[in-house]
Amino acid sequence: MDSMTIIAVASIVIAGITTGFGTMGPALAEGKAVATALTALAQQPDASATITRTLFVGLAMIESMAIYCFVVSMILIFANPFWNHAIAQTVGK
Amino acid sequence: MHLSPDEIIFWQFGVIKLNATIVYTWGIMLVLALGSKLITSKLSMDMKRSRWQNLLEIVVTAIEKQIEEVGLGEPRKYLGFLGTLFLFVATANLGTVLPGYEPPTGSLSTTVALALCVLVAVPLYGILEQGIGGYLKTYVEPTVIMLPFNIISEVSRTLALAVRLFGNMMSGVMIIGILLTITPFIFPIVMTVLGLLTGMVQAYIFSILAAVYIAAATCTPKPEPTNS
Repeated sequence: MDSMTIIAVASIVIAGITTGFGTMGPALAEGKAVATALTALAQQPDASATITRTLFVGLAMIESMAIYCFVVSMILIFANPFWNHAIAQTVGK
Repeated sequence: MHLSPDEIIFWQFGVIKLNATIVYTWGIMLVLALGSKLITSKLSMDMKRSRWQNLLEIVVTAIEKQIEEVGLGEPRKYLGFLGTLFLFVATANLGTVLPGYEPPTGSLSTTVALALCVLVAVPLYGILEQGIGGYLKTYVEPTVIMLPFNIISEVSRTLALAVRLFGNMMSGVMIIGILLTITPFIFPIVMTVLGLLTGMVQAYIFSILAAVYIAAATCTPKPEPTNS
């Protein structure tokens, strides 16, 4: 296999694995966060505004972990510097 | 399929490129500034006021209450910076309803610029509140060994702010683009609604995090409680 094939295969496989594994952790964490928030809401319904707001802030922070994995996958597929370098070398030849 | 609105170039002159990010950013600035100027040209203090003035008052008092709830004592000092952050990001993200519009926050340049503003503003407000010596002392707060970790945490917080906003907006645009080629009728509309919701949440998150960082930098450390 020449270097272009290796770069392509590695980028595609790792892009898929990154998004696949990277979204499992945040999903579990968000489920736990919502469950705890619902318990707290059931125990103290008058604090619902504070609890809801804090829940959304926490969810956004957890979500950003999954977003980092998504950004890395997108970079591997669409803005891959190694792929661009390999293409430039092939075109230059 | 482009990764960010930076790649749509309207006009080029040597090194200077007029890309979609700059055009849409200036469009948003024009809308916000002109709109506010028009509404505040005739302010009235009595009970009869125009609905636009009511709208602006609701927005400003809501932001002020949020800043106060975060823990900043005098919200008026920080209202300009934090309110502008929220309004700019919210308007940029809400404009996705318009056809042919790409949010400038979907480009890493805009989000890094906003995060750099926060990076500069936090020490600025800290020094204004506590003086240079008092602010620099917070870096060695628990022990001197924490100094590099405090500095690293400042930089990584800024990076996280930028990438969070960029990732959320870019993923929204990309998902809608991909879905338009697969199931072009109802599903992209549902995803657009989800994109609007996450856009507003991200605008709120960005400004609340900036407020929390400023509050952490400007709060005077409480004296140790003595057991009597």
